[in-house]
Amino acid sequence: MEQLIQQLINGLALGSIYALIALGYTMIYGIIQLINFAHGDIFMVGAFVGYAGMTTLRLNFFASLALAIITCLLLGVLIERVAYKPLRKQTRLAVLITAIGMSFLLEYTMMYFVGPDPRAYPALPDFMRATIKITDNIVITGAQILILAVSITLMIALQLIVRYTRIGKAMRAVSQDPDAARLQGINVDTTISFTFAIGSALAGAAGVLVGVYYNSINPLMGILPGLKAFVAAVLGGIGIIPGALLGGFLIGGVETLVAGYGFSSWKDAVVFAILILILILKPSGLLGKNVKEKV
Amino acid sequence: MKKAWKIIASAAVTVGLLTGCGGGSGTAASGDTIKIGVNYELSGDVATYGQANVEGIEMATEEINNAGGIKGKKIELVKYDNKSTASEATTLATKLMTQDKVIAQIGPATSGAFKATIPVADKSKVPVVTGSATADDVTVDAQGKVQQYAFRTCFSDSYQGTAMAKYAREKKNAQSAVILTDNSSDYSKGLTASFEKTFTEAGGKVVSKQSYNKGDTDFNAILTAIRGQQFDMIYLPGYYSEAGLIIKQARAQGITQPIVGADGFDSPKLAELAGKDALTNVFFSNHYSSLSTDPAVQKFITDFKAKYNKEPDAFNALGYDTLKFVANGLQGGATTGADLEKALAATKDFQGVTGTISVDANHNAVKSVTVIEMRNGVQAAAEKFDA
Repeated sequence: MEQLIQQLINGLALGSIYALIALGYTMIYGIIQLINFAHGDIFMVGAFVGYAGMTTLRLNFFASLALAIITCLLLGVLIERVAYKPLRKQTRLAVLITAIGMSFLLEYTMMYFVGPDPRAYPALPDFMRATIKITDNIVITGAQILILAVSITLMIALQLIVRYTRIGKAMRAVSQDPDAARLQGINVDTTISFTFAIGSALAGAAGVLVGVYYNSINPLMGILPGLKAFVAAVLGGIGIIPGALLGGFLIGGVETLVAGYGFSSWKDAVVFAILILILILKPSGLLGKNVKEKV
Repeated sequence: MKKAWKIIASAAVTVGLLTGCGGGSGTAASGDTIKIGVNYELSGDVATYGQANVEGIEMATEEINNAGGIKGKKIELVKYDNKSTASEATTLATKLMTQDKVIAQIGPATSGAFKATIPVADKSKVPVVTGSATADDVTVDAQGKVQQYAFRTCFSDSYQGTAMAKYAREKKNAQSAVILTDNSSDYSKGLTASFEKTFTEAGGKVVSKQSYNKGDTDFNAILTAIRGQQFDMIYLPGYYSEAGLIIKQARAQGITQPIVGADGFDSPKLAELAGKDALTNVFFSNHYSSLSTDPAVQKFITDFKAKYNKEPDAFNALGYDTLKFVANGLQGGATTGADLEKALAATKDFQGVTGTISVDANHNAVKSVTVIEMRNGVQAAAEKFDA
């Protein structure tokens, strides 16, 4: 029982990272029906910017996190303007393939500059290395609390933006019907840029958190978490923000439990089996009915 | 040491006399120099292994030539880059043996590329010797028959597993162990099998076996699964990139038992990834340690620093030993590859910087492993251990 609780805590930390990445996938899909395969690589860029912030620039953790968020935000907008916007009137397949190309471009540009070897994140501040013992067999680490706290804060901020701001309202309008939104005087291009900005910022934050939590980053680190976050977004219902959260935590939990009970080699297979099952049984995702929530 | 050399030399001469008339295919050692082929990974994926080996080889050659060469003949290295591919290694082996007429080929560094050159060696009757191909099936073929012309100066993977199981039982008195295996690597699976077999036979108990895959970063699940159990040590035969993270996460979860690994730990990256505080009470088997107090090793380190201006690593030492090992075989006066093969196969108690090497019936090097202890992120102690 204690072991199960501990595994669930581990799963929660992993799941919140998937959720942060999945939010970006789902928002971008919601607004332009594009599966942005470069999203996992923006997460990777975030991890490296945070690394540079902490080592080369000697910033503290929170300043590095902010730097990574801002850099990824700008990168997300730039990618949208350069790679996706010119193709907006083309078929969805053309944009999808461009996204895959963008993904490789980011991966191998980074590899050109930093090399393929994994790098170790700088040593953590003391408060994050502390551990809290609940019982002898249940331990929560400072890094886990930090990940959860940062993720939940960012998710609440996102929810507030989408629900209560003008731009949030515009995002919801564009996701429902871009043409009607344009007729109402909403600047669709700005709104799409803004969506990319927020989604990429969340991915950048997730990158720094992963770097801090696992201590190892490399230019190809975004591929697998990116794909799993995509599965999480589909599982929750792609285009639905609470669905991305639910999917992220579910995937994190399932992966941890599968690995923890002796099937470590199967954990990735199980995640992708879930993708196949959900696409067969309920393609709209677990929260798929609630179409009006689409953003 | 001198005595051993004399015995080998006389044995080799005898063998040479007995078979000398039959040969005649090679003219390798005629002329003023003895040509030795160097077929290594100087570029490509595993270039660091090849380059390090070649540094050791060149240093050893220089030493021998400065001391007058072998029976008055200088060693001439014929060096090629196989670009870290097995096919290129095979092509170069053919070139070395048929055009350059070398008496022996040293390299390649990795097991796959080395194995690819063995058929060429058999055909040309030229020995191939490697310092770092550790896969179990390098010197014996699929039927278990020894590859006549293949030799190595390093121990095999499974030998490391056996040695560390004995070390844990005999020196650390470990009663029970947990094994964490990298399921995507033959290296890790081979070490797991040999460790488990020896550890159990020696009266130890393996209480749990967990696995992970190359590239994983989250090991909290498998570590939580073992944390509640009673065990004396963790055997972790993996590479530094995952092992570093496992050590870090294990210590963060409060797992304090010794963690024991193999030569895959040998990288400065291990300390970076695990963190200095976590990398304590960690042991691993390796070919060589710069902490050795053996005067021959210390001389090697001093000379190496003087020549290359850096600390030698295990691959430098293995390359150095491999050239010296071949030179030792040549002392008997072998003039053809076939003669040299017999001399190498008869090697006994050759003193190298990575240990005392004897060649067994399967052409594997019988030598001691070096067990290195990590404390606070640095190599704190090293001891030789004979399994």
